[in-house]
Amino acid sequence: MRPFTKHTGLAAPLDLANVDTDMIIPKQFLKSIKRTGFGKNLFDELRYEDEGQPDQECTGRPVREDFVLNMPRYQGASVLLARQNFGCGSSREHAPWALDDYGFRSVIAPSFADIFYNNCFKNGLLPIVLAPEEVDQLFAEVAAKEGAEVVVDLEAQTVTSPSGEVFEFLVDTFRKHCLLNGLDDIGLTLQQEDSIHRFEEKRMAAAPWLFLSREQ
Amino acid sequence: MSGKTLYDKLWDSHLVQQRDDGSALIYIDLQLLHEVTSPQAFEGLRLAGRKPWRVSSSLATPDHNVPTTQKERVDGVNGIEDPVSKIQVTTLDDNCNEFGITEFNMKDIRQGIVHVVGPEQGATLPGMTVVCGDSHTSTHGAFGALAHGIGTSEVEHVLATQCLVQKKSRNMLVRVDGELSPWVSAKDVVLAIIGAIGTAGGTGYAIEFGGTGIQSLSMEGRMTVCNMAIEAGARVGLIAVDDTTIDYVKGRPYAPKGAHWDMAVEAWRDLVSDKDAQFDEVVVLKSEDIKPQVTWGTSPEMVIAIDEPIPRAEDQTDPVKKEGYARAWKYMGLEGKTTLADVTLDRVFIGSCTNSRIEDLRIAADVVKGRKVASSLKQAIVVPGSGLVKAQAEKEGLHTIFEAAGLEWREPGCSMCLAMNADKLGAGEHCASTSNRNFEGRQGFGGRTHLVSPAMAAAAAIAGHFVDVSEFVKH
Repeated sequence: MRPFTKHTGLAAPLDLANVDTDMIIPKQFLKSIKRTGFGKNLFDELRYEDEGQPDQECTGRPVREDFVLNMPRYQGASVLLARQNFGCGSSREHAPWALDDYGFRSVIAPSFADIFYNNCFKNGLLPIVLAPEEVDQLFAEVAAKEGAEVVVDLEAQTVTSPSGEVFEFLVDTFRKHCLLNGLDDIGLTLQQEDSIHRFEEKRMAAAPWLFLSREQ
Repeated sequence: MSGKTLYDKLWDSHLVQQRDDGSALIYIDLQLLHEVTSPQAFEGLRLAGRKPWRVSSSLATPDHNVPTTQKERVDGVNGIEDPVSKIQVTTLDDNCNEFGITEFNMKDIRQGIVHVVGPEQGATLPGMTVVCGDSHTSTHGAFGALAHGIGTSEVEHVLATQCLVQKKSRNMLVRVDGELSPWVSAKDVVLAIIGAIGTAGGTGYAIEFGGTGIQSLSMEGRMTVCNMAIEAGARVGLIAVDDTTIDYVKGRPYAPKGAHWDMAVEAWRDLVSDKDAQFDEVVVLKSEDIKPQVTWGTSPEMVIAIDEPIPRAEDQTDPVKKEGYARAWKYMGLEGKTTLADVTLDRVFIGSCTNSRIEDLRIAADVVKGRKVASSLKQAIVVPGSGLVKAQAEKEGLHTIFEAAGLEWREPGCSMCLAMNADKLGAGEHCASTSNRNFEGRQGFGGRTHLVSPAMAAAAAIAGHFVDVSEFVKH
């Protein structure tokens, strides 16, 4: 996984509450068996006028001019400002894959849905929860000045607004450690192999019916 | 010290290691796999040279993008016309073969929607931890199991380590008190709950559903309720174990037998919240207040009873809600309409992991029996949740009732719930759907979904618009 330490980037404001993962990446694109290539279909239905198809070339498709990611001033954005309950609905990890593939490194919102929040950390994408009034302020500052950049510092757990105001955020120690160092958490868990084996033996004694092989 | 909730008990009995920062390593008993969220996980295993920790803990079946017409199903995976879908289903078959995982493939009568198949086979058992790369895994909580959806990286993590890194959720109790009215189903109950607490109301919580209104539900009804816990923001929905649970599990193919059965039942009897358990949040609904529900907007919380007027954006005080309502009104094409009876329906879908089990099909058949679907309808389809549900329905003659009424009888799969296969809505079309999400575009680009119970969907199919099924059946 690509590490995340400190990132300075153009922020794009997506002023919509309850953005679900169907919206982030519609179902027809989930047929892929790869982890990459979803960026061109990120927010497909909000971004384009027509219905997108898998493997379709997207340059030349009619775009919705009023959608934030289609506005010239937000081209190259790498920090997404969002509203409450971002990422609700389906557990599809294709949602963070699409955000990452598009070029986003961080999403800032007043709240996230649990599964989406979890999935982001597995992909070097940092979801940040700030207080609603802090998010409001970021939206206002970003709207006020074209090219406004925000600084996300994971080590310090701060977001610096375009005007220089600093907001602190919380993140679990373990997740922070993995993200800062780009660690594969499967490898880390496997370091606990003995504990898992010990637990499994105990569980096997208590609930042996859970350990029978499945006859076809 | 206060007692433990059911969630606390399940958590504690699966705790491998507690970490200082509050996260923990949790042991997983069962992982269900399907074609959409597993290929990248298997690929990850291969790239790292890893093997599944314990293959017998996994069970796989393709469901999300399998076709549901007879024509495309006679030849199994080879019959899938969409080449991209075909690759995905074939990839699941190949991965299961390579790693030795039991799979009910498209030719197997046990194939179906993972959340129908697991319980049906007795693969889902009380006291288990169950995960799947699908948010509706909360369904299995109906068995007093700790079950939730995970992402693909976590699917790979569970395959490789049998564990998941988790942070404990807070406890919420949603109590439904009193006897439900006739024709008010589990679906109406859960939609009413989501309407009450909102789509983010359960975020960060494990919700236990209790009270007499829940206890009186069958296992299938309980699965419907837990299925939609995620639509209230909670990854986990739970219902305490009782005789209904144990009677349902008994005799199923993967259920314990003989001495194991007795031992299991003894352990399962403890899968209830202690009397003095403390919940962080308690919500109470009265059964008598719950009427047949219909969603009007683009979020499951945008739901009303059938006899209520559609709420208007201008009447909302919260600015976020006001904007959300205005957007939903526009998307759903509700201008000029007062109630949901004013909406002319284009399609009806009876199916999905929420409502495709035998009891759902029986009640829908009961409503349409001897009647004909409205001529204004373009299509009404019934998609059973598994091959075995289909076989049972056919044994009972339900398929002939549906077909005589003008509904199409299909092969099992997720189908029009998420429209990854050919079953989808056209732009602007309204659908009465027994599924779980009414998001923009969910059932097809520009499609307009209204979530309802199977009885309400069946009545709507006949009337061509929404009606109160409890009134409808009197005529």
